[in-house]
Amino acid sequence: MAIKFIVFLPLLAAIIAGFGNRMIGNFAAKLVTTGALFISCALSWPIFAMFLSGALEPGVVPVLSFIHSGDLHVDWALRVDTLTAVMLVVVTSVSSLVHLYSWGYMAEDDSQPRFFAYLSLFTFAMLMLVTADSLVQMFFGWEGVGLASYLLIGFWYQKPSANAAAIKAFVVNRVGDFGFSLGIFGTFLVFGTVSIPAILAAAPGMAGSTIGFLGMRVDTMTLLCLLLFVGACGKSAQLGLHTWLPDAMEGPTPVSALIHAATMVTAGVFMVCRLSPMFETSATAMHVVTYVGAATAFFAATVGTTQTDIKRVIAYSTCSQLGYMFFAAGVGAYGAAMFHLFTHAFFKALLFLGAGSVIHAMHHEQDMRYYGGLWRKIPWTFGVMTAGTLAITGVGIAGVFGFAGFYSKDAIIEAAFANGGDAGQIAFAVGVFAALLTSFYSWRLVFLTFFGTPRWAGSEHIQHAVHDQHGDPDHAEVSEEGAGSDPHDAHAHGHAHHGPVTGTAGYHPHESPLVMLIPLLALSIGAIFAGYFFHDYFIGAETGGEFWKGSIAFNEHLMHAMHGVPLWVRYSATVAMLTGLLIAWWAYIKDTTVPARFAAQFSHLYDFLLHKWYFDELYDLIFVKPAFAIGRFLWKRGDEGTIDRFGPDGVAVVVAGTGVAARKLQSGYLYTYALVMLLGLAAAASWVMVR
Amino acid sequence: MIGIQHYLVVSAILFVIGVFGIFLNRKNVIIILMAIELILLSVNLNFVAFSAFLHDLFGQVFAMFVLTVAAGEAAIGLAILVIYFRSRGSIAVDDINRMKG
Repeated sequence: MAIKFIVFLPLLAAIIAGFGNRMIGNFAAKLVTTGALFISCALSWPIFAMFLSGALEPGVVPVLSFIHSGDLHVDWALRVDTLTAVMLVVVTSVSSLVHLYSWGYMAEDDSQPRFFAYLSLFTFAMLMLVTADSLVQMFFGWEGVGLASYLLIGFWYQKPSANAAAIKAFVVNRVGDFGFSLGIFGTFLVFGTVSIPAILAAAPGMAGSTIGFLGMRVDTMTLLCLLLFVGACGKSAQLGLHTWLPDAMEGPTPVSALIHAATMVTAGVFMVCRLSPMFETSATAMHVVTYVGAATAFFAATVGTTQTDIKRVIAYSTCSQLGYMFFAAGVGAYGAAMFHLFTHAFFKALLFLGAGSVIHAMHHEQDMRYYGGLWRKIPWTFGVMTAGTLAITGVGIAGVFGFAGFYSKDAIIEAAFANGGDAGQIAFAVGVFAALLTSFYSWRLVFLTFFGTPRWAGSEHIQHAVHDQHGDPDHAEVSEEGAGSDPHDAHAHGHAHHGPVTGTAGYHPHESPLVMLIPLLALSIGAIFAGYFFHDYFIGAETGGEFWKGSIAFNEHLMHAMHGVPLWVRYSATVAMLTGLLIAWWAYIKDTTVPARFAAQFSHLYDFLLHKWYFDELYDLIFVKPAFAIGRFLWKRGDEGTIDRFGPDGVAVVVAGTGVAARKLQSGYLYTYALVMLLGLAAAASWVMVR
Repeated sequence: MIGIQHYLVVSAILFVIGVFGIFLNRKNVIIILMAIELILLSVNLNFVAFSAFLHDLFGQVFAMFVLTVAAGEAAIGLAILVIYFRSRGSIAVDDINRMKG
């Protein structure tokens, strides 16, 4: 029964806060939504704990009947098994902490009830997704989170860039969802049901059969898996459909942390794991998943190294980590994929919220080039960001203790090696290299933000903040010209406008309020210990099967092989991590001229990465521009030139013309009427006679 | 020998003159009344001609009726004109232009 409360409390809270809105006021809306989420979270952990201890068996809780039409039977039902329990704690924990964090982060916003209602609505949709017992219900949650994501990216609807990003996210996801819905239709066609357990039970029997698709005979299971995987790619921002994720950073930072790092974007990984027995039946599909995942891990990591916007770096990092999860699933290590999803949710939400705290401190400046030397000013944020970075880069000593990412990422890399196939070997190599890049860009972020000398004066946001602090613009004007009463201030401004872009500009960053620090600390506990405590359950060769209880295709053989990989494989990820750290230290602390020299020397490579492999430009050229051209053609020629011209507009012109003519007829002159009368009479007479 | 067709031609000419008299004239409403009278007369001519030609008295009786009606119509029309002239001060056709909605 608890599961119903877990799922529907956020919905209830969203309805109250959303429709109550200004009527109930900010505080009530925040209290209702946050309270509901904390209750959900408190109810979720016992379920997870019971699965850990093995006290709870998987089950299904029916809610309502939904569609009964012919062979199609769809019911609302909440499925609770280990996989769901893992997702439940991830979603409710991160969501409740993000709700709490938003009390501080969104404190100055005008429409907080709307924000919190959206957040809770998102959580509800996500919970529906992870508890889905049928593909249709999963699709409901899938679209629900897509909607919430759209609403939240465009939350600041006054910003054109936010609207554009929201539309982009929605449209790109349409592509994936089209594949997903085709996959569902195909699944129903082949299996005659959309119930996930029934499909998974019947899937092995369908291996090797073929089906007609676009006039070709293709392997049934490969086709279905790939169609479903297209959906997963869209939601999880895999290479090709990833372009919406970095732009989604236009939304408020708590949204980025919750939706675009910890939960929604992992829905694709969750789906692949949920349907893992189905994917197991098609080697081709598994290879595709592996290659796409590895390509994304590599691509996003390379792009992450050159971005300067703190949120975009973390966004590409998320994209890259999702690639890791996918190739883990592709090589058959679903446990490792879910484990990385689990740990990633904590440390990535932590990194995002930490970045939010930095942005908060730096007066909405997001460009890392204007940070520097912040660790003294915001020590708590520095501490948790460091914990998050240690977790994502995978710092740890085998057999002793490691941060969360150490267990999960190394498990993925080792599983890829242990898989043995070509795809696995490639994924292993890419994974190790991406680990190096991950370490580099993560430490680069920390070094640029917290170390070195302050470079705040170059930032327009900081300039504004400093001027606002003075309270009257005239004074600021004067001090800009170097004649202000405060010599320090004048000096800073002088630097900002005439000298090199350095210095503090007289700005004093402030640490975030307690309500933002508490979630950060809670998440950093997860980031530090989640790997250490849970790795036995998620990826243990003996204990894993017992823990998962068949909710994913747990491959004990692979897990055994994974724990028995050669020593050099085991340490390769750690070595890559240390190498990345060293390079970052050398380039951003030891000798800060290195990045500029590198960019100058390899300007083509640098531009290529800075422009994100020119994906946006390419898509703009291939899809967006032609779409606009077609749209303009249909609008100008098709709609205005044809339909309007001969339709509504044409009729209007004819009616107006007839009116003008008829008006002339009614002249008021006697003889006109007499003529008309006569003509009419003559016509009537002729008609009578001719008839 | 004067046949029926001669009567009909004269009658038709009279009718057409009457019709054009109604709407080609821009001067005086009395002319319209006269034109209507002309039309009625042309019709009467038809009646009488056919009556003689077909040896049927009904046509001549009908002509008498038409004459009566025409007299009544002329009386009413002139009465209206007198009233109209009193109120507007003119009975020029071009001035009678208020018959529109």
